[in-house]
Amino acid sequence: MIEVHTIKGGIHPPEEKALSNPGHVIDCPMPPKLILPLNQHIGAAAEPIVAVGQYVLGGECLATATGLVSANVHAPTSGVIASIDDHPVPHASGLSNCCIELIPDGEDKWLALNGTDDFRQATPADLVTAIRCAGISGMGGAGFPTAVKLMASDRTPIDTLIINGTECEPYITADDTLMQVNPAGIIEGAEILAFIVGAERILFAVEDNKPEAAAALTQAVVDTASSVAREVVTFPTKYPSGGEKQLIEILTGQQVPSGKLPADLGIVCQNTGTAVAVRDAVVAGRPLTHRIVTLTGRALNKPANYRVPLGTPIEFLLSIAGYQAEQSSRLVHGGPMMGFAIDDPRIPVVKTTNCVLAPTEQEFPSAPSAQACIRCGHCAEACPASLLPQQLYWYARARDQEQLERHNLFDCIECGACAWVCPSHIPLVQYYRAAKGFIQDSREEKIRSERSQARFEARQARVEREAQAREAKRAARKAAAQAKTTQDTEEDPIQAAVARAKARKSEQEVTE
Amino acid sequence: MALLRVTSPHGHGQQSTSQVMSQVLLATLPGVAALTWFFGPGTLINIIFGGLMALAMEYVALAIRGRDPRPYLKDYSVLVTSTLLCIALPPYSSWWLLTVGMFSAVILGKHLFGGLGYNPFNPAMVGYVVLLISFPLQMSTWAAPVGWSGAPGLGEALTALLQPATYDAITLATPLDVLKHNQGLLLDDLYRESASFGQWAGLGWEWVNLGFLLGGGWLLYRRVFTWHAPLAMLATLGLAAAVGFDDGSSQSGGSPLFHWLSGASMFGAFFIITDPVSSATSLRGKLIFGALAGLLVYLIRVAGNYPDAIAFAVLIMNFAAPLIDQYTQPQTYGHGDRGEKS
Repeated sequence: MIEVHTIKGGIHPPEEKALSNPGHVIDCPMPPKLILPLNQHIGAAAEPIVAVGQYVLGGECLATATGLVSANVHAPTSGVIASIDDHPVPHASGLSNCCIELIPDGEDKWLALNGTDDFRQATPADLVTAIRCAGISGMGGAGFPTAVKLMASDRTPIDTLIINGTECEPYITADDTLMQVNPAGIIEGAEILAFIVGAERILFAVEDNKPEAAAALTQAVVDTASSVAREVVTFPTKYPSGGEKQLIEILTGQQVPSGKLPADLGIVCQNTGTAVAVRDAVVAGRPLTHRIVTLTGRALNKPANYRVPLGTPIEFLLSIAGYQAEQSSRLVHGGPMMGFAIDDPRIPVVKTTNCVLAPTEQEFPSAPSAQACIRCGHCAEACPASLLPQQLYWYARARDQEQLERHNLFDCIECGACAWVCPSHIPLVQYYRAAKGFIQDSREEKIRSERSQARFEARQARVEREAQAREAKRAARKAAAQAKTTQDTEEDPIQAAVARAKARKSEQEVTE
Repeated sequence: MALLRVTSPHGHGQQSTSQVMSQVLLATLPGVAALTWFFGPGTLINIIFGGLMALAMEYVALAIRGRDPRPYLKDYSVLVTSTLLCIALPPYSSWWLLTVGMFSAVILGKHLFGGLGYNPFNPAMVGYVVLLISFPLQMSTWAAPVGWSGAPGLGEALTALLQPATYDAITLATPLDVLKHNQGLLLDDLYRESASFGQWAGLGWEWVNLGFLLGGGWLLYRRVFTWHAPLAMLATLGLAAAVGFDDGSSQSGGSPLFHWLSGASMFGAFFIITDPVSSATSLRGKLIFGALAGLLVYLIRVAGNYPDAIAFAVLIMNFAAPLIDQYTQPQTYGHGDRGEKS
């Protein structure tokens, strides 16, 4: 048993997990159309390799990764490509992006999938390739391409793999459900991940408000043999324990140094959903085309966990879950603490969509207008990064870049704990996002101006160099001409005059 | 459908500023009850009259500043300021003393700096110090702790408020005064001879302080503020008193218990230096803020010319708060030495 550490700060918002009945999955019916964004992950958008009107099978690759940090996109079912065009996508700023529209034919015919019977026979590099081909990106929230994360272990040796089943956000029960219904898949996926990075131990992290999930995982660990040490670790429920940095501190007592990666501590963290996706990719050869989504909130008649094909429009999901539009004032993609408001319900489910939250106005009343900060310090007590949110707030309002950086603004993980406790209802996280934005702008501006300064200086140097070269040439020609004149005077004065004129002319051309 | 375009977090805890403020008001009750029990209804009259005046001033100030006064009045912050100042003022203060005090606190101390949250100094203490410097006689005349039955009645209290010239007060030097002017008596003898002393400290005062300790303890329990500043202040005050106790000699500065339970010690520790706006903000900062305030309180009480020292100590520390903040930033996650590979 490893010793569990406590993290600074944190809050205990109402959990509301029972609402979505964790532990049970409902298969979502196939929607009339699927909208598959080319960019469902952090990094470059994938490049479509299918044409409009083309018939595709389930599991067929529709778009391939461009560059290292990117991920493939696959068809979740068979059907016809209807369009490749801009469509609203899940994004905090409500923007549109290029998506492949697939009209399912209802047959759900799939490609023949080729898995590996014994992954230990493969090389880690081959397995990373398989994961990369399956288009897997982190399914917990950020959506970083998993293969890239695994390759970080090339630089530093990894000893610990953490499978993150913390799910500390209120309301969401997708991981909880997955741990209960497919613990064997998580364990197998974790074994594959541990094999790839060469980890000596696997820690399955579960908050203590999910005893069924922890028990299911523990049983699955007992039921299987492994060459690495495995442990299911439970720890007290507190938001945001599931943040990667926070979880690492809880399990190891170590802190990921600012600006570094968990790999620098010999740790790789993967979400439970990602582990199952890895298992499916390697063992079954199945690309990532479905995921579990928690549909919850009191504006839904049937909140539950659904197994959803990627690309399913959220409005379709809402109709299945019995959405009462008149009761709801907002829709949230993700959890209540870090999710973003959906402003167009046509957006599709993507690889990072762990939850769609449809709260009533009573559940999440509109924020009253912000009052003055009284520096009560409740935010500092809640901050898991030990920042001083009240000070950052002042400096953000004053746009004091120096103090913001001195107060480590960029270590803010935007968990929202400060804003949650703020008695003055100040939207603190918004201030920090805006401040990060303008600091980044000014950094880029600085780089740009340094670059143009360098360009200007280089040009000055070049102009000077050229002028010197011309000067030298002229001097050389003059010397040569003079030498010739002294030589030629006796011979032919007319020819010498012609040469002189020629030299003058060419000299003029050069100066021009 | 019209959907809200708002950013995370979407939920919010139960706390609100008005709740914080009303809890502070509620927590003054035991202390105010003790004051009323021993000194009569004077403090209550102060609080009611001063509170009405403060609300009016806040309304006018906000209107002049072009703000809608209603939401601001509902945050109760001005009532906290006025109540704290009225508790600190001698009971049976006159209307003009209250008016000058409220004006200094609400207008000079708060709104001239930009209103709630922008005041570098504790507004109640600004009001108190303006009065103390301007009207030392009125400010150092305390009613005798004769108990409810012997204290002036409501009619007399109103006379004191509205027609101060015709009011004849029964006054008694406060224990801090008596100790300061001790002429060569051993502490034990002083306690026996002076009518001002009670069981552990001043007659009545000890219960007033225990009342504020009770209220402060409740605020701690309610997590309205942390223990750092109050505990640090009481610790250094006690420590300094222990050093200066001199075994109760005629030169003694008073025992730690005497200092804890005299004057505005508990009131200051739990209701004044915990004002978040004007104090240091990090936990370490609050420790330093409280500790230095406690030391200043002792030094001013023993070596200074004023009867009590909380107001001056707090204002001086208000000056120091930004400096303390600058050097007590807590260590951010990932900036310490816990990132070494094990």
